[in-house]
Amino acid sequence: MPIEIPTDKWPGSVRSATIGATADQGGSRARTVTVGGEKTLPFMHFETEIPNPPIIAVEIRDRRPDDWSPLLLQVWGEVINDPATWAQAAEQAGADLIQMTLSLVDQAGNPTTPQGAVASVKAVLSATGLPLLVYGPGQAEVDNELLVAVAEATKGERLGLGLCEDKNYRTIVATALANGHLVTARTPMDVNLAKQLNILISDMGFPMDRILMDPTTGALGYGIEYGYSAMERLRLAALQGDGMTQLPMIVTPGFEAWKTKESKVGAGVPEAWGDWAARAVNWETLTCITLLESGADIVVLRHPESLRRVRAAIQDLMAVPQVA
Amino acid sequence: MALSGIQIYKLLPQTNCKECGFPTCLAFAMKLAAKQVELTACPYVSEESKAQLAESSTPPIRLVALKSNGYEVKSGNEIVLFRHEKTFYNKPGLFFRVLDSENPEAIKAKIAAADQYSVNYVGIDLTMDGFAVASVSGDPAKFANAVSAVRQVSKRPLILMSRNPDILAAGLRPVDGETPLLYGADASNWEAMADLAAQHKTALGVIAPTLEGLADLTEKIKTKGVEDLVLDPGGRTFGSGLTLGTQIRRLSLKKNFRPLGYPVIAFPGDAGDPSLEPMLAAQAIAKYAGFIVLDNFSPEAVYPLLVLRQNIYTDPQKPIQVLPGLYEINNPKPEDPVLVTTNFSITYFSVANEVEGSGLPAWLLVTDAEGMSVLTAWAAGKFDAERIAKAVKEFNVAEKISRKRVVLPGHVAVLSGELEEELPGWEIRVGPREAVDVPAFMKTAL
Repeated sequence: MPIEIPTDKWPGSVRSATIGATADQGGSRARTVTVGGEKTLPFMHFETEIPNPPIIAVEIRDRRPDDWSPLLLQVWGEVINDPATWAQAAEQAGADLIQMTLSLVDQAGNPTTPQGAVASVKAVLSATGLPLLVYGPGQAEVDNELLVAVAEATKGERLGLGLCEDKNYRTIVATALANGHLVTARTPMDVNLAKQLNILISDMGFPMDRILMDPTTGALGYGIEYGYSAMERLRLAALQGDGMTQLPMIVTPGFEAWKTKESKVGAGVPEAWGDWAARAVNWETLTCITLLESGADIVVLRHPESLRRVRAAIQDLMAVPQVA
Repeated sequence: MALSGIQIYKLLPQTNCKECGFPTCLAFAMKLAAKQVELTACPYVSEESKAQLAESSTPPIRLVALKSNGYEVKSGNEIVLFRHEKTFYNKPGLFFRVLDSENPEAIKAKIAAADQYSVNYVGIDLTMDGFAVASVSGDPAKFANAVSAVRQVSKRPLILMSRNPDILAAGLRPVDGETPLLYGADASNWEAMADLAAQHKTALGVIAPTLEGLADLTEKIKTKGVEDLVLDPGGRTFGSGLTLGTQIRRLSLKKNFRPLGYPVIAFPGDAGDPSLEPMLAAQAIAKYAGFIVLDNFSPEAVYPLLVLRQNIYTDPQKPIQVLPGLYEINNPKPEDPVLVTTNFSITYFSVANEVEGSGLPAWLLVTDAEGMSVLTAWAAGKFDAERIAKAVKEFNVAEKISRKRVVLPGHVAVLSGELEEELPGWEIRVGPREAVDVPAFMKTAL
C-alpha cells in the first residue's frame, strides 16, 4: 500500500555561524568550521538538505588540569602539560575545533595574567590550524580581563569567546565586536532565559551570526532530560520562526559527563557500575548522542575514544539513508 | 486519534436529558474527552456514534505486552513525538540476545548474570527486562534446548527468533502459557507465523525492508486475528534507524495510520561494531524504539542505558523530588555538621550517597526548591537565603544540633551574606560545588 510520510515544512531556519578565519579572511587558520543552517529537525534528510554536520570540539586547558579524572590524564599523557602540544594531539585525534579554558592560576599557583593568557592562546594558534574557542576561568572580573587581552591580540581570527552569561556579557561582547570574534552565550536549561540573553547581546549591536548558544545540559543521570527537552524546544521554536532562538547550539557533554562520579571515580563504587574506563566513555558518548538527537551543532568532548565513536555516529547520521 | 470535547459532542444526542448525571451533553462530552466518565453512562447514544467513539479511543500505537511467569514488559500507547509535549509512557524493554549455537551451560551462565543484574539509581532498582533466543543452528531441538536453558535461570519474558515456524514451534514448548514475542513474520512465512502466534496467543514481530511492505504485512496478519504486533522496519545504522523510527511514529500520531500503529523493535548490535552498540541503543531509547535487543551484556554499558531510559521517560511535568526535611545520614550526633541542599531527587541522592559512602555522620537539610537542582533553583529564585532559613526553622534544626553552623553548596556561595542576616547567630560555611567533593571537604574543612 502506498504511504505518504508526514513531512514538516518549517517557516524558520537556524542561522549559520563560521568559526575561525583563514589568512585570506584576516586570520591564520588552516580551515574554518561552519555550523547551523538547519531547516528542519536533526538529520531529517527526507525533508530537506542538512547543510552542515555537527562539529566535534575537544576541550583543553592552558595548564595540566590536575582535578580531571585520572582516566583523562592517562589517555592524553604528557601532552597536557602544554596547551600547544595538547591542541596538536587533539587535532591528530580528529577534532574539528579546539575549546581552551583558561585557568584561574598557573601551575605555580600565581594568578593567570592577561599576558600569560595571550601567550597560551597564541601558542595554540601556532600549533594547530583548527579554529579555537577560548573561555575564561568562570569568574566575571578575571574572565573580562583575560578575554579582552586575548581578543585584542588575536583580532580577526574569529575565535569564539566565552562564556557570556546574563550577569556578565557586556565586556566580552564588546571586545568580540571590536575584534571580529564570536561569543558563546550560556544560560541554564531554559528556553526563555536563552532567548533573553540572545536579545541582550544582539541589543548591543552584535551580529546574530556570531553568537553560539549554549543552553547548558546535565550529564546522563544528572538532569540530561532537562537539557534535552530545552534543546528540542529551542530548535522547534527556531524552526517555527522565533528569531531569537535561531542560533547554532553548543553543548558540553565532555565537561558534564566527566564531572559525574560514574566517570570520575573508579574505586568505592557499586560493582553493578561495571568497568570504570568503559563506563566513563559510555557516559560521555551516551550523553553526547542524546544531545545530538536533540539538536546540538557543536559538542565539546574530552576523551579521544569518545571522539572516535561520536565521529562514526555523526558520519552515519549525515549520510542520506537509502530508506528516505 | 483522541477526539476533542466538541467533536465528541457532535456524536451525542444533544438532548440535554441529564440522565448521564451531567447538566448538558456538552458537559458530558468534555468529561468523556478527559476520560473521566464512560460512554455507557449515556442511554441514548447511537450505535454508529459508539463505533466512531470506540475507534477514536483506540490508542494510535497499540500497547503490546510480553508476559512470563510474574513478569510483564509493555510497550506502545505513546501519544507524543517530543517528551516535553506530555511525556513518554512505556519504557522500551531492554533484552539481551543469546544464540542457540552456544553451549547450554554457557547460555545459562550468561543469562544468569544478566538476569540477576540490578543497579540502584536515585533509589530505584533497575534491571534487564528479558531475553532473546535466536536460532542460528536451524535445528528445532537445539533451539528448544537453548530456550529451556534460559528458562532454567531466568523467568523474564522472552523473544524467540527464527524465520522458520517449525523451529519457533519447538521453542514455544518449554514456555507454554507465556506470551513471548515470536520474531518473526516476513513476506514469505507470514501465514504460518500468524497461525502459530494465534494458536499460542503470542505477540508477533513483523519484518519488511520497506514501510509499504511492512504495512501490507500487518494488514494481512491482522486478518488472521493476530493484533499484538511489533515492527522491524530494518534500519540498523544511526541514520536509517532514526529516519524509520521517526517516520513510523509520525504516521501513527499525525495520520493515525493503523497499519504501522505498533511498537518498533531495534537491534543495535546488528550494525556489527560492539563499540557503537551502546550509542545505537541510546538513540533507540530517545527516538522511539519499543523493544531493544542487545548482543553484548556488560554492566558498564547497561547501567548508562538503564539510566538514560529512566531520564528520557521521566514525566517533564513532575520533576522527581524527595520530601523536604532534615535527613540523618550515618547516625549524626548534635555536634555533627548540617549540610544544605535542594529537594531535586538527583541532587539529593548525589549528596546523600557521597556522605553515606564517606562514613561521616551529617545532617542533610533538604530545602523545598520545587524539585530543582541547586543552580537551576537558584537561577529561578527557588533556592535563596529566605527559603533556606525557613527550612532551618520549619524542621527545628536548632533543637537537634549543638553547633549552629550550616554548610551551603559551593554554587550558591553568593547567598552566604544574606543567610547570615536571615539566621543571626549561625555560622555560614561554603562547601564544594560538586557532591563528589563533599567527603574531602568534610574531612579537611569541618
